[in-house]
Amino acid sequence: MKSKVNRELPDDLMKELDYKPFETTEIGHPEIQRVAPKVHVSTGDDKIVDSIKQVVADTVKDGMTISFHHHFRNGDFVFNQVMRVIIDAGIKNLTLAPSSLTGVMNDMVIEAIKAGTITNITSSGMRGSLGDFVSHGGLKNPVIFRSHGNRARAIEHGDIKIDVAFLGVPSADRLGNANGMEGNAVFGSLGYALMDAQYADQVVLLTDNIVDYPNTPASIKQTQVDYVVKVDKVGDPDKIGSGATRFTKDPKELKIASMVNDVITHSPYFKDGFSFQTGSGGAALAVTRYLRQSMIDNQIKASFALGGITKPTTDLLNEGLVKKVMDVQDFDKGAADSMHTNGNQQEIDASWYADPDNKGAMVDQLDVVILSALEIDTKFNVNVMTGSDGVIRGAIGGHQDAATGKLTIISAPLVRGRIATVVPDVTTVVTPGDSVDVLVTEFGIAINPKRIDLIAVLSSIPGLPVYKIEDLQKMAEKRVGTPKPLEFTDRTVALIEYRDGTVIDTVKEVKD
Amino acid sequence: MEIKKTAIAGTLESSDIQLMISQADSGIAIDLQSDVKKVFGDQIEAVITTTLNDMGVTAAKVKAVDKGALDCVIKARTIAAVQRAAETTDKPAWEVL
Repeated sequence: MKSKVNRELPDDLMKELDYKPFETTEIGHPEIQRVAPKVHVSTGDDKIVDSIKQVVADTVKDGMTISFHHHFRNGDFVFNQVMRVIIDAGIKNLTLAPSSLTGVMNDMVIEAIKAGTITNITSSGMRGSLGDFVSHGGLKNPVIFRSHGNRARAIEHGDIKIDVAFLGVPSADRLGNANGMEGNAVFGSLGYALMDAQYADQVVLLTDNIVDYPNTPASIKQTQVDYVVKVDKVGDPDKIGSGATRFTKDPKELKIASMVNDVITHSPYFKDGFSFQTGSGGAALAVTRYLRQSMIDNQIKASFALGGITKPTTDLLNEGLVKKVMDVQDFDKGAADSMHTNGNQQEIDASWYADPDNKGAMVDQLDVVILSALEIDTKFNVNVMTGSDGVIRGAIGGHQDAATGKLTIISAPLVRGRIATVVPDVTTVVTPGDSVDVLVTEFGIAINPKRIDLIAVLSSIPGLPVYKIEDLQKMAEKRVGTPKPLEFTDRTVALIEYRDGTVIDTVKEVKD
Repeated sequence: MEIKKTAIAGTLESSDIQLMISQADSGIAIDLQSDVKKVFGDQIEAVITTTLNDMGVTAAKVKAVDKGALDCVIKARTIAAVQRAAETTDKPAWEVL
């Protein structure tokens, strides 16, 4: 069978895992029954546990699903400590269901797979040695990649049933009231972990900072928590995010950023009260700077900024150019600190942020979104998962979710080194072209032909050449040459879900 | 053209290629390292071989560390490395440029 983006899906696997192929970006108005977690009743006086070993012995059994969050990013000390104990306890056949996997976790995950401790993985993404390991067939069962909004949906549906969630926090009290804002290793919003706290059957908090009861503000509440474990250190604050965000000086990125800004300011969405989401890459940060000036010049204020937040965005909040910041994750210390001090920066969970099966998610209200791409093809399909060698080295993140915004801009250089970004067919379809509106490269822009309205308003802007995306693809190929097609085996190593839980594409084992 | 000594051209910067050419008894042997070897390895080796042939080099050992260089860069670095290895930098072979 095929998904609507013309990708062949393995019939046997689709049937075995009871999957439907991706059809449409429209979610419609289905009625959904959500699940609820088990509650182990307690007055709360007995939650403190001395060691990870003891809590693992009390909670984790063969065949369970365990989860973690990735808010500590590469400064995470929690994942490896817990997995070490679980592997050493000889526990087998676990499903690992973290919000995402960061580089510091790679070696431990590979060890756990080899030991038979982990036999299934669902994640937003993976990189480095783990991506390489999985792409070379290291894990028997295919990894299931889900966007942040889709993970929330899957948890609410019961597609992901978390037995035990291990959640590291920089501060908690003895009953489990916790936040990400106070302590040593602070990361700000606990957005992704809030799903686990709400839906896991057993919630274990790990912290290096047990504070007086009751701890406020309480992002995770005592009503959700079963155990609180004191550890030496939950994370390295220097590796959670870059301390101070530096603006790019790369002329190519600056040119792309200024063209992205031109697209935004000439679009019908650029008016008082508009909303936007930018990523954390160099060009995206630079867009924020250009956008700031355009907002001042035109006396336009934004109603909200959404998503993963950086300091340039919280600066706009402090200047009054953005009225609210809706914050599911903070990429740098400035943004994390700002959540603590600015009441207009609201912590939101992954469901509120982006879950499609909802009574309205924030992404549904989004006007302008700027996203990146490893590859984009002439159908505007975007790959953010596999690299030029076909190996897994990315994450869906909120890409599919935010792309439902009214004006979705992909900002990407035409070529990176010898690798074309604009290609005839992406290696892996993650975000369908139907939800992408404009591609901005340093040479010019391409508008999705379905957006006739945008073609009309964006086609005569000075200094903003408009091409057909096929022409941009040919320009790229002329520069770098025609690559030899990648070779894969028939074996499926990963499934890419669309945000509604259908399968849009697969990743095959690389041949080499 | 005869390779007289080992010579190097190019850098390890992004979009460049570093070539080291040294003497060999016969034939051209290329040892290529590249992140894009899977998709452009054949093409990179073809550009180096063709450039060597055009310069009349029939025996050489080439070690190439590619950082995503385009064909024009590969050709330029190959010519520079050969001229250094053949000690002919004072008499550039303009006809192959």
